[in-house]
Amino acid sequence: MSSWLEHLIAKSSEGSAGKTGLWRTFKPVHNVEKCNRCLLCLYYCPENVIKVYHHRFIIINYEYCKGCGICAEICPQDAIEMVEEEE
Amino acid sequence: MRTLLTGNYAVAEAVKLSRAKVIAAYPITPQTTIVEKLAEMVEKGELDAEFIRVESEHSALAAVYGAAIAGRRAFTATSSHGLLYMYEMVWWVANARVPLVMAMVTRTIGPPWNIHTDHTDLLTMRDSGWIISMAENVQEAFDLTIQGFRISEEVDLPFTVGLDAFQLSHTAEVVEVPDQQEVDEWLPERRQSYKVLPGNAVTIGNIGPNEYTAKLRYAMAKAIEDSRKVIEKADNSFGEKFGRKYGGLVEEYRLEGAEYVVVMAGAWCGDAKDAIDRLRDEGLPIGMMKIRYFRPFPKEEIKRLEGKEVLVVDRAFSMGYMGIFGMEVSSVIGDVTNVIAGIGGVDVGVEDFEAMFRKFASRKLQRLEWWPREVFS
Repeated sequence: MSSWLEHLIAKSSEGSAGKTGLWRTFKPVHNVEKCNRCLLCLYYCPENVIKVYHHRFIIINYEYCKGCGICAEICPQDAIEMVEEEE
Repeated sequence: MRTLLTGNYAVAEAVKLSRAKVIAAYPITPQTTIVEKLAEMVEKGELDAEFIRVESEHSALAAVYGAAIAGRRAFTATSSHGLLYMYEMVWWVANARVPLVMAMVTRTIGPPWNIHTDHTDLLTMRDSGWIISMAENVQEAFDLTIQGFRISEEVDLPFTVGLDAFQLSHTAEVVEVPDQQEVDEWLPERRQSYKVLPGNAVTIGNIGPNEYTAKLRYAMAKAIEDSRKVIEKADNSFGEKFGRKYGGLVEEYRLEGAEYVVVMAGAWCGDAKDAIDRLRDEGLPIGMMKIRYFRPFPKEEIKRLEGKEVLVVDRAFSMGYMGIFGMEVSSVIGDVTNVIAGIGGVDVGVEDFEAMFRKFASRKLQRLEWWPREVFS
């Protein structure tokens, strides 16, 4: 590989732009009682920080979640609430 | 095969023989007939390529950029206002180190509205990282187009072939057109340093640390510097294969024993050479260094002119200074005489050059002079 190439193209990898979770002012909080596991939040998340485990548990990675709120907006069950971050 | 072709049709023929796979362009006079011909070739099934119709020049270059970055040999063509409209992409393609070829049929910039040649449009590409070549005749435009793909793909920089509006684009000359097999033997398979393809999840154009930009520009500067050798090599091997060798970055014409040297580029060099022949017959030691490549700039070749009387004839002017070739040449060898002529397609023929060179040799030209002087006073 040409040495300049590593500066031109990027392969996506976790944390390649730092801990972007620090940018967040509102935090998405998942309500497991309301959730019907449709997983729309997972497909819509632009940062790929929502993961599902055992077809049941939805985990949001707050290290990289920027708090854009798309998951809360798209959720048909209103199972994600945007809660203001505290200092 | 020897055949009669206009400059534009010759470029189209060369693109076909280079097996370009994707072509996109937006029509603008005097470039239009290049892509018209290519569209016809695709439609008739003579050329196995995708022809993408676009809504602007910006999109034309963006489309071929996409194709080229995905690994396809791609071509576009434009002129004047079309080039200015695609200017953002001109820089983007070079900075992304994407090899492709664009024909630039040189045409002045309005107002007033004018479709005739000068070199102002082409020279706006000067600092962008494109390899910039300029043809003197239809055969050279044809040859540069084929060579352009090879050179561009070897150094990961885009390549432009400049040819003068109408004087070349719409003027038919006899052209030696090799057959497909010969071109295939000379022009290697497409190569490039990286491709963006499905299954290869990479991004380009993402934010990076400032040092990345600086390092990429440094690598580009080195690549275009190295392209000197690549251009020379391509010129030599093309010469061995097809019998036409031009001399690399410059072509020297009757420089043996010359005390007076004219530096210029483009179609009018043919007329200037005729004028030089006439003056040589009278015993005046005059010759020409024709600039074939404006970038990389032929600095070593120009340096050889030190100690001679040098006249640079420009078809483009840098407002607030002097002719663009004039200032570039004087950056290497100091003061030169600089004539600005043929702006907006004003005709300059053999007799004009003869009179101009006579004045030059008898030191009657000003250091910077718009030709002919009486018209501009």
